[in-house]
Amino acid sequence: MEASTSHDPERNSAFYAPLPEHPSSGGAPATRSRPLKGFVVILASVVFLLSLVALIINQSQEPLPMPNRVPSASPTSKPASFSEAEPRGVAEGVSAKSNPSLLNEVSFNWTNAMFSWQRSAYHFQPQKNWMNDPDGPLYHKGWYHLFYQYNPDSAIWGNITWGHAVSRDLIHWLYLPLAMVPDCWYDINGVWTGSATLLPDGQIVMLYTGSTNESAQVQNLAYPANLSDPLLLDWLKYPGNPVIVPPAGIETDEFRDPTTAWLGPDGTWRITIGSRFNETIGISLVYQTTNFTDYELLDGVLHAVPGTGMWECVDFYPVAINGSVGLDTSAFGPGIKHVLKASLDDTKVDHYALGTYDPVTDKWTPDNPEEDVGIGLKVDYGRYYASKTFFDQDKQRRILWGWINETDTETADLKKGWASLQTIPRSVLYDNKTGTHLLQWPVKEVESLRLNSTVFEEVLVEAGSIVPLDIGPATQLDILAEFEIESLESNTTDEVSDCGDGAIDRSTFGPFGILVIADDSLSELTPVFFRPVNTSDGSLKTYFCADETRSSKANDVFKQVYGGKVPVLDDENYNMRVLVDHSIVESFAQGGRTVISSRIYPTEAIYGAARLFLFNNATGVNVKATLKIWEMNSAFIRPFPFEEPL
Amino acid sequence: MKSLILFVFLLILPAEAFRPTLLLGNLIERTCRQTPFYDLCVWSLKTNPESRNADVKKLARIMVDSVLKNKASDTLDLIDELLQDGFTLDPALHKALSSCAERYSVIIGGDVPEIIEALETGDYKFAERGTNDAAMEANSCEVEFPGKSPLTHMNKVVHDVSVVAASIVKIILHSQW
Repeated sequence: MEASTSHDPERNSAFYAPLPEHPSSGGAPATRSRPLKGFVVILASVVFLLSLVALIINQSQEPLPMPNRVPSASPTSKPASFSEAEPRGVAEGVSAKSNPSLLNEVSFNWTNAMFSWQRSAYHFQPQKNWMNDPDGPLYHKGWYHLFYQYNPDSAIWGNITWGHAVSRDLIHWLYLPLAMVPDCWYDINGVWTGSATLLPDGQIVMLYTGSTNESAQVQNLAYPANLSDPLLLDWLKYPGNPVIVPPAGIETDEFRDPTTAWLGPDGTWRITIGSRFNETIGISLVYQTTNFTDYELLDGVLHAVPGTGMWECVDFYPVAINGSVGLDTSAFGPGIKHVLKASLDDTKVDHYALGTYDPVTDKWTPDNPEEDVGIGLKVDYGRYYASKTFFDQDKQRRILWGWINETDTETADLKKGWASLQTIPRSVLYDNKTGTHLLQWPVKEVESLRLNSTVFEEVLVEAGSIVPLDIGPATQLDILAEFEIESLESNTTDEVSDCGDGAIDRSTFGPFGILVIADDSLSELTPVFFRPVNTSDGSLKTYFCADETRSSKANDVFKQVYGGKVPVLDDENYNMRVLVDHSIVESFAQGGRTVISSRIYPTEAIYGAARLFLFNNATGVNVKATLKIWEMNSAFIRPFPFEEPL
Repeated sequence: MKSLILFVFLLILPAEAFRPTLLLGNLIERTCRQTPFYDLCVWSLKTNPESRNADVKKLARIMVDSVLKNKASDTLDLIDELLQDGFTLDPALHKALSSCAERYSVIIGGDVPEIIEALETGDYKFAERGTNDAAMEANSCEVEFPGKSPLTHMNKVVHDVSVVAASIVKIILHSQW
């Protein structure tokens, strides 16, 4: 920038209009440099303005990283497992805290025998291909109906239709043809999850989410083509679908899974649909209807919990405080609490909370805001998602379904030709002894599968020991076990304050329990155990856990330690019920206060090689165990025999 | 004095503003910062012309449909080559390579379509599932080899790309970009 050079002191003042009293404001030098000065000022201003603009645009930008060199994978000289995120199998005898030696990463091959063994004997699964969320469960004219998200083409999720099966007793299922397929613009990208409402006049209304041709999530109405058909084979979609579209302010791809409707005191129906607000606040919207074709979005939400993200598969239902019987979804009055449940998309966990519903304001409030939906209790502490209840009006029960997916690779799923199971249906009751939990228990009909039983009375399992239980075949079992502990020493602080790294972590009062699907040499085993822990106020807090870390020698399956706290009251022993069915184990503690579903894929502890053990890896207690163990029959789940009279 | 200050200020400002940050790279950098393999993520996306003006969902698509699929296909081609020549007379090696071929076919024919369908229809947790599975398949292939693996470099790339894709999907799950 050229400034007048004749007067140095003026150099810097070339950017300013000369001060009035400056002697050089007039005179020859000024005359010569004024146009130049003006130009410079304009140029500077332009530069300044441009910089401001650029700075504003730049405001959100961050510094450029170091220039990238073309990334080359860092060479590793040994067969390495790259992924640190997945839990590693812990070789027997090795402390859980050390890194397993790579030598323990044995590569082996899955055989057809191993794969075939994985298929369950009495849990619901389709003959083949992929299944996920249970849908529209209901009871009608003597049959229980289950619909489910299903891919008819592959063992991987996609191309979702509604599969359909029926049963007389929730255990022996018969496959029916597909109930709904994606054949309309409003569900062409997926016939997704939905729920059934049984109307007082006998009609059945099915509301479900469709993913449209533009991938928006809308709610659609369907109903049986023929109500007098007990099998409800054919379904019709309402010609005016969709009946609900995402409202303003709701993301069109975060709006799904309508619930069963309930009657309000004003005689109109309500449903609730999960979504999210501002990305992280999980919410449930309420819609009101009289005819199931026209809906009004009510103000506000049924409930919202910050930080929980998208709420999928919302479920909302009443429970009786006296804990004796299941309730119709519309039940209301004194002696009733309401359960609000959500499947959290972010964490893939099902949570619930107990609270109070106000049918006038259509708001639900949790009993304990610190254990609100999504931040407190889980429905199931294992591999479990998308659960849904329905009211069984025949036996006056509230029944809970839950989807258990695979934890192996999709390569394995494609080879096996199938993926996913449902749990054994569970009856749900309010636990009036604690007042804070629900109780889930396998439906009584599962007992019809029990074959011979073996009883063990007061077996002593000393600290740090294992006792084999001689029961014959050990892959299909119903186990009831009760444990009493007797202290050896008044001890020490517990290092492990929860499930820890599994059964290998020893603490004073635990772990103790059973080893399922274990082989004789214990090269593979799945402990299901209690770990009571001393708390600072001197009381005992108990964890109930299922430890998959040594369930299989295979290195391409997920092997987690699952579990959670379980309240154990003063007059109770530690008791568990465990349903073992090949690659699925369902474990219930204290009558169902805490439940864990696990998937395991052993390579050796299969068929005749599977065994059952008692174990006690505590340091400070002996344990006395009493067990009753039944071998379980297959449920012979098969296609509906249309040709035969039933 | 004032003029000096202003002079200095006006010099610095343009320099700051016109620093060579790429407006186009901004979302990519922000996104990649939330993945465990920043360099790989940025390079993969920036070298793909479709990433221009792409939103996060599109970036996820690119990472899967272009980067992951291409890397997996390259690996499968390499496996096929190895299986065809005398290198594979060792039966253990042959077995491992065959198993890897199967896994990579699943990545290309199973995981990638699953992820794309999930991204398109808006049920993102299945996109997460597919990307996690792809990482697992690559990892499982690598540990199949009893001795030195001929696929270490490729397995690591596919694994890392899958992990990056999984991280980007997680961003979609958490936000509405």
